[in-house]
Amino acid sequence: MAAVSRTPDTTKASGVAVPRRRPVRPGSSLSRATRQRLAADLGLLVVLGAFVLPLVWLIFASVDTEPSMKVAPPSGLTTENFSNVLTDEITFTPMINSLLLCGSATLMTVTAASLAAYPLSRYKARFSRPYLLTILFSTCLPITAVMVPVYGLFVQVNLIDTMHGTSFFLATSQLPFAVWLMKNFMDGVPIALEEAAWTDGASWLQALTKVILPLMGPGFAVVTVYSFIQMWGNFFVPFMLIISPEQLPASVSIFTFFGNLGSIAFGELAAFSILYSTPVLLLYILIAKRLGGGFTLGGAVKG
Amino acid sequence: MSATDLTAVGKEVPGRGGLPRDQRRVRRQNPWRWLPIAPATVLLLLFLAGPIAYCAYIAFTDMQLTGQAEASFVGFENFTKAFGDENFRNSVLLTLVFTLISSILGQNTLGLVLASLMARSTKAIRSITGAVVISAWVLPEIVAGFLLYTFFSKEGTLNEILAWLHLPSQNWLFTLPIIAVSFANVWRGTAFSMLVYSAALSEIPKEVTESAEVDGAGSWQRLWHITLPMIRRSIGTNLMLNTLQTLSVFGLIWAMTRGGPGGRSETLPIFMYDQAFNKSLIGYGTAVALLLLVVGALFSVVYLRLMREEV
Repeated sequence: MAAVSRTPDTTKASGVAVPRRRPVRPGSSLSRATRQRLAADLGLLVVLGAFVLPLVWLIFASVDTEPSMKVAPPSGLTTENFSNVLTDEITFTPMINSLLLCGSATLMTVTAASLAAYPLSRYKARFSRPYLLTILFSTCLPITAVMVPVYGLFVQVNLIDTMHGTSFFLATSQLPFAVWLMKNFMDGVPIALEEAAWTDGASWLQALTKVILPLMGPGFAVVTVYSFIQMWGNFFVPFMLIISPEQLPASVSIFTFFGNLGSIAFGELAAFSILYSTPVLLLYILIAKRLGGGFTLGGAVKG
Repeated sequence: MSATDLTAVGKEVPGRGGLPRDQRRVRRQNPWRWLPIAPATVLLLLFLAGPIAYCAYIAFTDMQLTGQAEASFVGFENFTKAFGDENFRNSVLLTLVFTLISSILGQNTLGLVLASLMARSTKAIRSITGAVVISAWVLPEIVAGFLLYTFFSKEGTLNEILAWLHLPSQNWLFTLPIIAVSFANVWRGTAFSMLVYSAALSEIPKEVTESAEVDGAGSWQRLWHITLPMIRRSIGTNLMLNTLQTLSVFGLIWAMTRGGPGGRSETLPIFMYDQAFNKSLIGYGTAVALLLLVVGALFSVVYLRLMREEV
């Protein structure tokens, strides 16, 4: 932030980063700060360049008449790639499947998590700390590793290749983190506000839905949107548990483009990728804005 | 895979186990008031604890995908087979390389570098870099895999740039597949470390760095003696979470190389899948899964110890 001086008196006076008159020794301190900023800008631009290339390719290829695998300005602009993939079979059915799968799973996760968070945040019992530690422990387990046994179990209980079975599993895979996050957000709601509701004879459920959840609105939105984003992007779970082509969500159906990489239609694949990614990018912007800058969600969560 | 970062979530917690004691309203000591945790508990038992227990069971059997009526108990046979299996050892090695390059060296270091550059840079450049790096993180895994497949492929962007710089090009996905997927994981995962470190760096009081500077500490000395020690808890958490996340990467590698060519990018999750489904050896694949789970559990325990003060 503000330039730092080497002379002790100004440092003492400044305390926090308030823009202030540059200290004595003109040039040296000022130019050093500017140099530092320029170096930082340059460094960021290099990283930005490396990170942005694949994204630029995605956008160019989706509107290019003759897309190739390298970043190049489109040889001719077209919307054909989009119109070619906007059919029931290629885009709409998989997207609706994704929406059903992730929507219902998010609903389950958020409901179960808010219910569980309430007593964990409000009451004290001997088992609440071990319970929370177990929850925190499960947030870290590599879910990938349990997919082979989950497949085996789902075959035995006839849940394999069903949307509801898969959405139960998706919901559970996000649940530990949702409970943990929800409980921490709920702790931030002062209990005094709830007591007013209790005096009016509200039950705990009314207190939860009418007082606490509205008060922790941003936190609740974060848990919901974050869970949804994670599920929307999840490939391995539906890849393992759903078999029928007509039930596949977009994350797995995208592989039909990969079919044989020799004759792959890059323009259409890029167009489909954009359509499939847009909802989660928009949702992320929505919560990032709501929390005042993208940094808050990232500080709290792990993808 | 997800978990928390202590810097942000921790702030919400006023004390051990939620609200301070005096605010904690003691209503009727009715055990039914704990009923709301039932749905979550049932889901977790059925769909998480169940599969883990089942995993621990089939790992000791010779279950196969087809043609076998009864799976029989074979003891540690799957595990002894694994340790004698050259492909398994190859995939353990590849997993270590993948984790070291992409998580510990890549995401973690690049994330810290980005965060400290951002603290000094111009606002416009900071915002746009942040937006691009975060987009790479929010994009669905499979889209990221596909984008980096084209980036690293023989006729892709990387070779184009190398040709422009008059450097030799090569078919990266064929010659160095594990390096290509590791960089892909860096591309996709750095945003998280960047966000964690941005939050951690912003909590270092300005006075501390300023007075160090007054005392004549150079920027490397400040980094080594002040910044790093002050954010060491964030470093620990971030390393742990990055490593756990990297251990379970499947879709990214599957989209880029499918573990090939010739198993040269076959990390443990891909190996596990390949054994269980392509080779129909469910028992063996699950034994590998169990090993992965145990490694993950060990990391989680370390993570819990780091987080202990927060619960």
